[in-house]
Amino acid sequence: MYREVILDHYKNPRGHGTLDDADAHADGQNPLCGDEVSIYVAFGEDGETIDEVKFSGRGCAISQAATSMLTEMVQGRKATEVATLDKDELLEEIGIPLTPVRLKCAMLGLTTLKVALHKAKGTPLPDGLAGFDDLELS
Amino acid sequence: MTAGSKTLNAHAIRADFPIFEQLIHGKPLAYLDSANSSQKPRQVIDAMTTFYETSYANVHRAVHVLGERATAGLEGAREKVRAFINAPEAREVIFVRNATEGLNLIAYAWGGTNLGPGDAVVVTELEHHSNFVPWQYIAQRNGASFLMLEIDDNGDPDLSQLDAIARDHTVKVVATNLVSNSLGTIHDLGPLVGWAHEHGAIFVCDAAQAAPHMPLDVQALDCDFLAISGHKMCGPSGIGAVWGRARLLEAMEPFLLGGHMINSVRYDKTTWGELPHKFEAGTSPIVEAYGLGVAVDYLSAVGLDAIEAHEHELVAYALGRLGEVPGLKLYGPPADRRAGVVSFNVEGIHPHDVAQILDMQGVAIRAGHHCCQPLMHKLGLAATNRASFYLYTVREEIDQLVEGLHTVQKVFA
Repeated sequence: MYREVILDHYKNPRGHGTLDDADAHADGQNPLCGDEVSIYVAFGEDGETIDEVKFSGRGCAISQAATSMLTEMVQGRKATEVATLDKDELLEEIGIPLTPVRLKCAMLGLTTLKVALHKAKGTPLPDGLAGFDDLELS
Repeated sequence: MTAGSKTLNAHAIRADFPIFEQLIHGKPLAYLDSANSSQKPRQVIDAMTTFYETSYANVHRAVHVLGERATAGLEGAREKVRAFINAPEAREVIFVRNATEGLNLIAYAWGGTNLGPGDAVVVTELEHHSNFVPWQYIAQRNGASFLMLEIDDNGDPDLSQLDAIARDHTVKVVATNLVSNSLGTIHDLGPLVGWAHEHGAIFVCDAAQAAPHMPLDVQALDCDFLAISGHKMCGPSGIGAVWGRARLLEAMEPFLLGGHMINSVRYDKTTWGELPHKFEAGTSPIVEAYGLGVAVDYLSAVGLDAIEAHEHELVAYALGRLGEVPGLKLYGPPADRRAGVVSFNVEGIHPHDVAQILDMQGVAIRAGHHCCQPLMHKLGLAATNRASFYLYTVREEIDQLVEGLHTVQKVFA
């Protein structure tokens, strides 16, 4: 269940922090278990390519490690591409079987990132957002 | 154990619960999540099966013999629940899905017509969302105030805030739990009930966590409404009960409308049926109610005093054993003030991770906010771990938990 790589990302999260002048930002919560993730994105000069992603938050190892992995995955990719990123791509990276409850933990970072991109760029919202109704959708 | 009180043999009781006849991830099941929902004894499971096989039909309207048997089963269960909570009359006992639905019934049907601007509903920070959100919602909808009493580390509400509240508001409802599902605190409700009645307010008791664990007596509590859930007390899911004083229930508007709850229906006007039917629209959860009655029989035969004493003993043992685990923080009152609930955190490890690794070792606990986000906010936590005990819980399961926690710490070391 707890592969070494997950524990490593949990204990040494990549992209941990905030961006003061982020181009895109969203806060996400998993109301079922209280995991929290805030995502900050800076775009490159073309205004489309993700130049830097930071996250802050607190929660279980799965939610935090998955978000850490995500920041590495989306670096240098276009907002439109990330907005439709298949969840299986992230799940493959996580590489462990997840029960439905833990799946919500694992997807929190990706969902929050997609909401941030939606707010900044009008890209499509992720599926199943209903479960994340605490997201600030301004 | 004090002289004269009954004791129970948890190992013998355990044999009544088929759920324990299996291995989980190859390990014996340590089920420490009874405050979430209890397991069911064979007596309840078998009785419900037999009922379906021999006595099932719809209730109250069939002329045939099966209809009579089913009606007798349902109404017999109502009488058992009445006796279980020492209510004056069986017609004051209304079957609902669970305590949450019961508390919604009170909030909508009583609060909906009796709350308005200048009025206040008072709850505590320690409420389960079921006794918090409905009141918050109805109060806001009706322009009334929704106020919370702060609690201390033991979970006891600060009653000194009450008089200031009463200076600025007409307090119409005081609603609290009798036993906290998150900290396990057993409350002495006497002073709060007395205060509520002195100020003309009704007192609503959420007894979902108390009913499984201690003898209940609505007349001694002197509450006005009380709600329980069957699934927490060895009964099936999908059945609970709300009790209210007959004069209050009679004066109330109905909650759910439709079949069975009427007296007469005309084009221009419908009149309501008598208690309890006025509040039981549609076909009841017949077999679930019957099963709850059997669960009440089961618990009564063991003895609620014995169950309470057993849980105090387990909590004292658990608090001692958990104290051996380094970096473990316990929440809530001393053992003699709590039902079988122990909430804790392991330093640096999120409860979900703790629970997941424990599950791999056959140990089932709850991890989360326990439907008590106001409390979690107060404690500055997102979540806690909660181990909870019941009449079938044995010390070996607590030992298994402690061993499991050492493994959790090794994984995260």
